Amino acid sequence: MEHLVEAKALTKHFGTFAAVRGIDVEVRRGEAFGFLGPNGAGKSSTMRMIACVSGRTGGELKVLGMDPERDGPRIRARIGVVPQLDNLDLELTVRQNLQIYGRYFGMSRQQCREKAVELLEFAQLSDRADQEVEPLSGGMKRRLTIARSLVNDPELLLLDEPTTGLDPQARHLLWDRLFRLKQDGVTLIITTHYMDEAEQLCDRLVVMDGGRIAAEGSPGELINRYSTKEVLELRFQPGAEKPDLERFAERVEVLPDRLLLYTQDGEHTLAKVHEHGVQPIQSLVRRSSLEDVFLRLTGRTLVD
Amino acid sequence: MQTLRASWFGFEKHWLWYRRNWRATAVSSFLSPLLFLVALGLGFGSQVQSTALIGGVPYLQYLAPALVVITAVQGATFESTYAIMSSFIWQKTYIGMVATPITPAQVVYGQVMWIASQLFARSVVFVGIAVALGAANGPGIGLAVLFATLAGLAFSCPLIAYSATLDKPDSFNTIFRFVLMPMTLFTGAFFPVSQLPDWLRPLVWLTPAWHGIELARGATFGTLGLLPALGHTAYLVAMIAVGLFFAVRFFYRRLAV
Repeated sequence: MEHLVEAKALTKHFGTFAAVRGIDVEVRRGEAFGFLGPNGAGKSSTMRMIACVSGRTGGELKVLGMDPERDGPRIRARIGVVPQLDNLDLELTVRQNLQIYGRYFGMSRQQCREKAVELLEFAQLSDRADQEVEPLSGGMKRRLTIARSLVNDPELLLLDEPTTGLDPQARHLLWDRLFRLKQDGVTLIITTHYMDEAEQLCDRLVVMDGGRIAAEGSPGELINRYSTKEVLELRFQPGAEKPDLERFAERVEVLPDRLLLYTQDGEHTLAKVHEHGVQPIQSLVRRSSLEDVFLRLTGRTLVD
Repeated sequence: MQTLRASWFGFEKHWLWYRRNWRATAVSSFLSPLLFLVALGLGFGSQVQSTALIGGVPYLQYLAPALVVITAVQGATFESTYAIMSSFIWQKTYIGMVATPITPAQVVYGQVMWIASQLFARSVVFVGIAVALGAANGPGIGLAVLFATLAGLAFSCPLIAYSATLDKPDSFNTIFRFVLMPMTLFTGAFFPVSQLPDWLRPLVWLTPAWHGIELARGATFGTLGLLPALGHTAYLVAMIAVGLFFAVRFFYRRLAV
């Protein structure tokens, strides 16, 4: 299988700070690949190296079979980048933002005009085409940024925290656009600290923490490997001492306001806890998620 | 060739903006020279005696070629400070550009091309108004357009490099007050530099404005010798080259990390 990205022992230092500490990653053509991790895990630094804007400190990196060090502009010509923070030209119109970006890739004016019409449609911004960007909502700006990243028909699309800061409706709309891209055969690399986003979008992902890869696999595999089928969440009065329930579950995580009991059958465990005379103020049985994987691997929650 | 083409796209981005917003800038680029020439050249100038020191010409004509240069240097200052910082920090458009095949160096060249075209266009307008007001002493004032653009760029390039190192705009005000303002007043536009104390003159010789004014005025009055012309031009070109060198360096440091 062809790999669009191949990294071996990839490292990135900023002065004495090691942001990425030797990671091995392979991204296959056509898949949606995720970097999941908290802020400061090294996800964005990794993305910037793959995007060929930032040089590596050590290790090997191949993108589209080429070396970013030598072939940066040639690689960038074939990839699309959705940055963490929008960098649209606020004083230009929506359409002009798309057109000028096409020009940066060396496309003819005619091509840029046609492409802009197509992308406006894709981003559902056709009715805003000739308005300035400044007053658009966050979700619209994000959609425009994604549309802009597609102007060169990229084989590989890099999305750095694509939905951070958006409301749920705007997120779902974005996810829908990303699904469509995936169906069209575009390879996606996504960084996120939202586990639902990773579960929704990614075929395969790595969990990053402290510049290293803690685990790798599909969301389902990771959940199977590092967590149980179900989780029983017990919420207690803040400040109240939490009972020791180790013997009722395969594993117990103690969070500030609640206990997480990892078990194959949540309802059954809950019944036993009740039998034991423990009275939480709230209980919830749910399926394990990537959040639980992360908690298991790092001992910390993802979003805090 | 590839570099020139890629840099051109940066220019095109500004042109796209300009096509929608030219009216606002056009008014100021017409009004400002008109007001300055009328107030200082005709109004204030009516009270100034024409002496040998200013070439025995009316003050208005003495002033005009130098004002073209001063206006260019001022325009260059504004184009090379807040605009640069915005592209790095507020709008982050440079960051979007280097995600494409365009390199940080090409971003610099595109930006400088745009500024050069602005300085050139404004200087043309200025000279046109000067001619209309009878402020032109001779056809040589046409060359002031080139020298003003050159002097403006000589200040612009180092300033772009400096702006690329900043995170906050605080020091821009210091530059406006303590560099631009004295450079406007004391580099020979309004009175001959020979009137300044001896110890101050070397400082004046360092400024691009002085070199630009010497060139523009010399060309206008037909008093420009070949050697001084080459010397002043070489100094301005050197400032541009050094400025560009550091601008490219600092753009890489900022955009490619």
